[in-house]
Amino acid sequence: MSHPFLSLRDVSKTFHTGGREVRAVDGVSFDVDEGECLAIVGESGSGKSTVANMILGIYPQTLGEIAFKGSALPGRRDLVHRRAIQLVQQNPLSSLNPRRSIGASLRLALDVHEIGERSGRDERTGQLLEEVGLPAAFRTRSPAALSGGQRQRVAIARALACQSELVVLDEPTSALDVLVQARVLKLLNELREKRGLTYIFITHDLSVVRNVATRVAVFEKGRLVELSPTEAIFADPKHPYTRRLIGAVPVVTAGEAELRNRLMEKTDANA
Amino acid sequence: MTAPTLLIRDLRLGFRGYSGLIEVLHGISLHIARGERVALVGESGSGKSVTARIVLGLLQNLKSARISGLVAFEGRDLSRLSGRERHALRGTRMSMIFQDPTSSLNPVYTIATQFHEVLKRAEPGLDLAGARRRAAAALADVAIGEPERVLDSYSFQLSGGMNQRVMIAMALANEPSLLIADEPGTALDVTVQAQTLGLMRDLVARHGTSVLFISHNLGVVREFADRVYVIYKGRIAEQGPTAALFEDPRHPYTRALLSAVPRITGGGIPDIEDASEEYFAPLVVHEGFGEPEGVPA
Repeated sequence: MSHPFLSLRDVSKTFHTGGREVRAVDGVSFDVDEGECLAIVGESGSGKSTVANMILGIYPQTLGEIAFKGSALPGRRDLVHRRAIQLVQQNPLSSLNPRRSIGASLRLALDVHEIGERSGRDERTGQLLEEVGLPAAFRTRSPAALSGGQRQRVAIARALACQSELVVLDEPTSALDVLVQARVLKLLNELREKRGLTYIFITHDLSVVRNVATRVAVFEKGRLVELSPTEAIFADPKHPYTRRLIGAVPVVTAGEAELRNRLMEKTDANA
Repeated sequence: MTAPTLLIRDLRLGFRGYSGLIEVLHGISLHIARGERVALVGESGSGKSVTARIVLGLLQNLKSARISGLVAFEGRDLSRLSGRERHALRGTRMSMIFQDPTSSLNPVYTIATQFHEVLKRAEPGLDLAGARRRAAAALADVAIGEPERVLDSYSFQLSGGMNQRVMIAMALANEPSLLIADEPGTALDVTVQAQTLGLMRDLVARHGTSVLFISHNLGVVREFADRVYVIYKGRIAEQGPTAALFEDPRHPYTRALLSAVPRITGGGIPDIEDASEEYFAPLVVHEGFGEPEGVPA
């Protein structure tokens, strides 16, 4: 029997803060297929980042099981799993060490996971930069000398450095200008196809989701309320919260406004 | 003819630094008529926020800033006003809403105390009880159900959306003629952002307030503004009424910007340049929407 690439079964997370119990994620189950881009959407407090952090092993789940390629992931991850599942964060300025050159940041990932011969690693960092559309000479620069889009490309290169299989992208383009965002999204699409990567794309921006995701998981208050292929979720969202989310997206064309109005009418009719 | 609420003509701004003068604004002109909602849209570093700061009179006292050109507020040339006179305009005749409502409120004072301070700017003798009554009415105006509870709260006890409504109520409390909104609601969730924008739109329409709406989010601009200026690297690229500009963008930069926004109807991510010589093409003005002639008194 073949196993799902990544599976979550009845996963919950409870935080204890100030004497209170907060159930940030509540009994969530879903699979991620190899090679897909699964978007996780929801508003702040929906639990989408908590789910991502548990998948990454930043903290363990309170209940349930997370399995990668058929074997349950332990709460404390070993090097093998840390290599396979990588993260790209929203703000590259805070996720890259400001005192380290770009090359040194990339080299560290290669050293930790012992990728390739020691002598060839510096050259490899240059290749990685070229793969994300930056000149290899950027190795010597510091993050401060790069633009926002360039820095995010470096963060992507670092996530790819150790031959990762699953990349968790946490709002990877929401700090970028719209022209830069388009270029970075294009790069992410190309890399996924070329390297056969699997993405979990966490965002609140549904218009980005529509154009990059294969499937969409909608979270509301710690629960998974809808999970469907992208086409289906935008043509006929089933859950009222999904309709509300799509209805609130600021749009730029009359065609989009029409789609939005159609969905909102449906909500009113159901109410 | 009455003077427009805001008139900016050939505004230039440079900062003197170690490596000489860095020019930020290369002569921009814009105007806002009474009761008009005008958006200034552009990417980070395009000069939209410094424009707002000049209008508020916050950059004029900065030693390294070199400002030239005309900025007239209700027919008065701001450069001829003293620092004290400019200060008197802020919070009374013009006010501002910032991106993150929670960090623009002071966490160590209750909302009531901060409202009192705002109202005292226009009416120095106002006591706390009087301010409370007016604040409660202002909060009810922004659809806050329990104004008394909110008045006794601190900003960190309220949600982001609630704080944003408090900010809107405060900004409009002294009936300013100009409201500057710099990326309002960008820090909020989409559903909350949509609600507060609708609320703000209704309120300024009712009060006849002119708005300078600064944003990088084209979708939000389309929903809020009557007229749009697109700014690129310190130059205005295109100007026109919102519907015409979105349906028929004529400047290469506006076109690129609009096509870069992902659509909820799909279509993938387009191939566009993030920088191009074309983007520096001269200003495009839609017919009948030029800058007003004549010099204000």
